[in-house]
Amino acid sequence: MSRDRTIPGLTVALAVCAIGGYFIPDWLMNQMMFGFARALAILGLLVLWRTGLVSFGHALYFGLGAYAVALLDINLGISDAFVRLGVAMLVTGGVGTLLGFILRNYRDIFFAMLSLAFSMVLYGILVKTEALGSTDGFTVSPPTFLSAAPEGKYPLFVLICVFGWLAAVLVQGYLRSTLGRLTTAVRDNEIRVEYLGYSVARAIHIKYVMSAVLTGAAGALTAMALGQVDPDSMVNWTASGELVFVTILSGPGSVAAPFIGSLIFELLRTYAFELVPHAWQMIVGGTLLAVIFFLPGGIWSLFARALKADK
Amino acid sequence: METLITIILDGLQYSSYLFIVSVGLTITFGVMKILNVTHASFYTWGAYTAAFFIGQFSEMGWPDAFGFVIILVSAIAVGTVLGYLIERGLLRRMYERDEVLIVLATFGLFLVLEDLILLVFGVNPYFAYQPMALLESVEIGGITRDVYGLTLIGVAALVAVLCWYGLNRTNWGKLLTAVIYDREMSEAMGINVTRVYVVTFIIGAVLGALGGAYIAPTVSVTPGFGVDVIVLSFAVVVIGGMGSIPGALIGSIVVGLMRAVAVHELPEVELFVVFAIMAVVLVFRPEGLFAPAKPRKI
Repeated sequence: MSRDRTIPGLTVALAVCAIGGYFIPDWLMNQMMFGFARALAILGLLVLWRTGLVSFGHALYFGLGAYAVALLDINLGISDAFVRLGVAMLVTGGVGTLLGFILRNYRDIFFAMLSLAFSMVLYGILVKTEALGSTDGFTVSPPTFLSAAPEGKYPLFVLICVFGWLAAVLVQGYLRSTLGRLTTAVRDNEIRVEYLGYSVARAIHIKYVMSAVLTGAAGALTAMALGQVDPDSMVNWTASGELVFVTILSGPGSVAAPFIGSLIFELLRTYAFELVPHAWQMIVGGTLLAVIFFLPGGIWSLFARALKADK
Repeated sequence: METLITIILDGLQYSSYLFIVSVGLTITFGVMKILNVTHASFYTWGAYTAAFFIGQFSEMGWPDAFGFVIILVSAIAVGTVLGYLIERGLLRRMYERDEVLIVLATFGLFLVLEDLILLVFGVNPYFAYQPMALLESVEIGGITRDVYGLTLIGVAALVAVLCWYGLNRTNWGKLLTAVIYDREMSEAMGINVTRVYVVTFIIGAVLGALGGAYIAPTVSVTPGFGVDVIVLSFAVVVIGGMGSIPGALIGSIVVGLMRAVAVHELPEVELFVVFAIMAVVLVFRPEGLFAPAKPRKI
């Protein structure tokens, strides 16, 4: 077995991004911020997917995280990035823990449908409630850091990169722990896992809360990077579909995959919108089909192949 | 009193519409175990095709009543062509794969078909009001209703009766039931499962297209208007029990009436209430209200 080079690789990538980020143009920095922020949600979905569970409702947590930031900003005037992120993660963690008690008993299509129902409940509330911004959503003021209010987007960019690195390293650690290794075991045979003395329901519950918190953080960071929140692009079922799409595109192979996949998705979207504005969904749909049929391991499997060839 | 009648009529009308769309979805799921997101595309394509030809023929001076023929023909044509192509071209290669992956594949295809609509029919809305204008309106209990909307209830009832008859009183229905219970065993008994799958999928597709085609005269047909329908029919199908036709009926009535009540009494909860019901039903009856009994296999 070859030595795992994920964590050194991630660390190098972080250093490159953080230093390089200072010199890259604004548009590229924006793309990377959205890409890496979303990658956190994909990381959460990856943890679930490895158990064989796909959630069609993770926009629930994405939206909760984003709206937590917006509401903190509007009602309490809190602009500190760390407080915003912390609150968003607490809220999504809480909701995830509660819903997890129900969802951990569901599998396959029923898991997907029940998550969809929960997320659409939130969507239904948001679009019809004037106090929560209705269909327009809110604008979010630029974040401050502790007491500093720096110019430009670079500080937020570094925060997203560092947070992404931290999340990837922690998830990697989790996947290599006993509990994490149960992930694939649960997918293959739940009854055997129970016979070994582990609780499948608890293992799934923990994964679910992890994915909720990660997705909440993704929502919070996206809200700060974008400077606004709205229900249609963040909470509607199409947003959940997009998250699942990027997960499939990235592939479950590594904790680095979501970052690569999500960034590629972001760049693809920008260029596709510019070149062929009316065929954007067609490109997404076609890519999804192509990945499902020809590249079951996602984009990561291309990287994995290249890395192997090096050795 | 007048509000009550309005709520009931609105609710029944909306239920009927939901039923026509979601019964196709539930049939496909019951037989093939596929939750088909492209069902929304059948709906949209049906609506666009009907609206387009109603407009064309009306300009050529054909009588407005011909619109009803166009609706039926477009539904059958769209359902047959798209249904056949999708089943043969895509789904056939996927039956061995994970259920959830199949949902994603149909989601991908749905996105492709959404944009194809733009390429074929353009971005401008279509109006096909002729059949609706033809039927004028009627007064019920002091409330004026357009007759076209009321015929929707009749169409839904007809669809329900046909489904029931087809499944319970025909040879074909018996074959279908056998395939639903045990695919492998029915194959061993000489049932042509491949053909059953194609036909079932086409029937489901025609019903989806019919829902779109029939609703087209009452709305402006614009890009992306199938997006909301599909999640609503997911809710209907899940509430009733996936794969159950009586379930789809009950699910549509529950969702339709609750939505009508919400729209008239408390508009803020309109969307919320549908999905809250869906969540509650799933929590207490994970398989839905009328989930078909599953045979235990050893």
